[in-house]
Amino acid sequence: MKKTLLALFATGFLAACSSTPTETAAPAPAPVKTSAAPVAPAQPLPKEPVTMADYPAKGVGGALGQRTIRYAFDKYTVSDEFMPVVSAHGDFLLSHSNAKVILQGNCDERGSREYNLGLGQRRADSVRKILMAKGVKDGQIETVSFGKEKPVNPAHDAAAWAENRRTDIVYQGE
Amino acid sequence: MKNNLLKGLVLVFLMGSLVAKADMTLEIVTQGAQMTPIAVLPFAGDGMGNHDLSDVVAADLKRSGLFDTLDTHGEIPAPADVDAVKWDQWQSQNARYVVVGNVQEDAASHHVKLNFRLVELPSRMAHLSLTFEGSAEQYRFVAHHAADAILENITGYRGMFSSRIAYITQHGSARSLKVADSDGFAEQSMLNAQEPILSPRWSPDGQRMAYVTFELNRPMVVVQTLATGSRHVVARYKGSNSAPAWTPDGRHLAVVLTKDGHSQIYRIAASGQGVPERLLISEGIDTEPYFSPDGQMLYFVSDRDGGPQIYRIPMNNLQGAPERLTFGTTYAVSPRLSPDGQQLAYIQRDGGAFHVMLMDLATRQAQPMTDTTLDESPTFAPNGKYLLYSTRMDGRGQLGMVSTDGRIRQKLSTRTGDVYEPVWGPLQ
Repeated sequence: MKKTLLALFATGFLAACSSTPTETAAPAPAPVKTSAAPVAPAQPLPKEPVTMADYPAKGVGGALGQRTIRYAFDKYTVSDEFMPVVSAHGDFLLSHSNAKVILQGNCDERGSREYNLGLGQRRADSVRKILMAKGVKDGQIETVSFGKEKPVNPAHDAAAWAENRRTDIVYQGE
Repeated sequence: MKNNLLKGLVLVFLMGSLVAKADMTLEIVTQGAQMTPIAVLPFAGDGMGNHDLSDVVAADLKRSGLFDTLDTHGEIPAPADVDAVKWDQWQSQNARYVVVGNVQEDAASHHVKLNFRLVELPSRMAHLSLTFEGSAEQYRFVAHHAADAILENITGYRGMFSSRIAYITQHGSARSLKVADSDGFAEQSMLNAQEPILSPRWSPDGQRMAYVTFELNRPMVVVQTLATGSRHVVARYKGSNSAPAWTPDGRHLAVVLTKDGHSQIYRIAASGQGVPERLLISEGIDTEPYFSPDGQMLYFVSDRDGGPQIYRIPMNNLQGAPERLTFGTTYAVSPRLSPDGQQLAYIQRDGGAFHVMLMDLATRQAQPMTDTTLDESPTFAPNGKYLLYSTRMDGRGQLGMVSTDGRIRQKLSTRTGDVYEPVWGPLQ
């Protein structure tokens, strides 16, 4: 959808103070050239490498079967309720040095997209700190924030917002 | 007569043509109390190549909220110049101004040429006599320049109809970064992606766009050249890379990186070359950097005092203590400076509602500008007279526009899906 470059010539002069509008226009001065930049679609970005790794078996029960930590509005500390979940994943990572997690921080739809990106990062980091305190290696943990861009519940009410304020634990290669 | 009836007047424009489709519709919610009646007469020779420049000029002027555009469609045949105008008729309709002109289309060069005059009544004094020329495909652009000249002549401030806007549209998971004329016409996609796109920011010269893309599954800052579609990654460090803000010289970007822990503000060359220079050090989330128009002051959001608030710090004293600008709210985000640097637009939470606020930096007085409740991303028109922002209306993400005096309100909607993250481009 590349458009031809528009060359717009604006030639102007003021016919101010002419008492009658029937006065004819004076010869146009040298044209002033302006242009609207055409728009071409984006070229692809180079891909990042993906490596294979271990992850908990599908259908595993208990705390290890849970992959989501939830938060209160504008908060990023892991509450007692979700500590067993983080702990279970920490144990798995300690016993599977080949396993790698991506902690994805998320927010509800209210407020600035960029501030929510920062808040989501804080949420992912709050889980990372607990895992590192358990002895999980830094190289096994990656954090990312999706801000408010990836709600699990697309509704616009308090119940949906509570579901969307979360950190998802995702294993690489899964 | 007509200029009294305007509060609460709701008009929906649906303008179509074979050349440019209306990608968004415009609804004027409220208009100025003092509107200047103007008759934009049909241009002689217009409408031949599926264009109607006089309608575009009239629609632009109406959209400013400052003009009452009189119905001129009965004016057949269109007067080619001032001697064919029925002056008494327009004076009896209280017109303060009449725009009269003609359009010539050159079949060989595929160009249209618009000659027009702006005449004041009752003196019949010609204030403008101008010629604009451009390609027939982009005839709207020619008309937008004419409307800008008329607005500037009558109001004294620069027009903005020939500037462009960028925004994100979303249908399900399909997102697009789009550029359109400021009236929502002539929309073109810069990027289509299944992953989030955020924070588009025009370079000061309007030729490039910095934005955040999740195409590689985590946020990275890229710069794309509009004309070619070529792009390069400016920041793809560990963690998240976001919130680009151009320095006024267009050579650097402030960005927010988490490579050293939590969200902090860095400066990096727009080319992406070199090592990011950390500008501020705090324990909190620092984000949404924005440079003052002279580049001397850095505005940003930080939750260093608890909730997010807006701060500023001089670029020549980054080791000093930032000055906090917002008080009386638990949540203030998204600072944007007016082109003259005197006003600050931002988003504030009041109870459960998020409003566009406008602060006079001299007095620190701030006013809510909207009555919607989930506002985001305010952006100033290049003449500083209007603010565009995104909000939720009728269950969808839409764009609202409000004049900085608060009197004129409009909304721009797509037919389906959501639109958000608007950003107004510079005058070209």
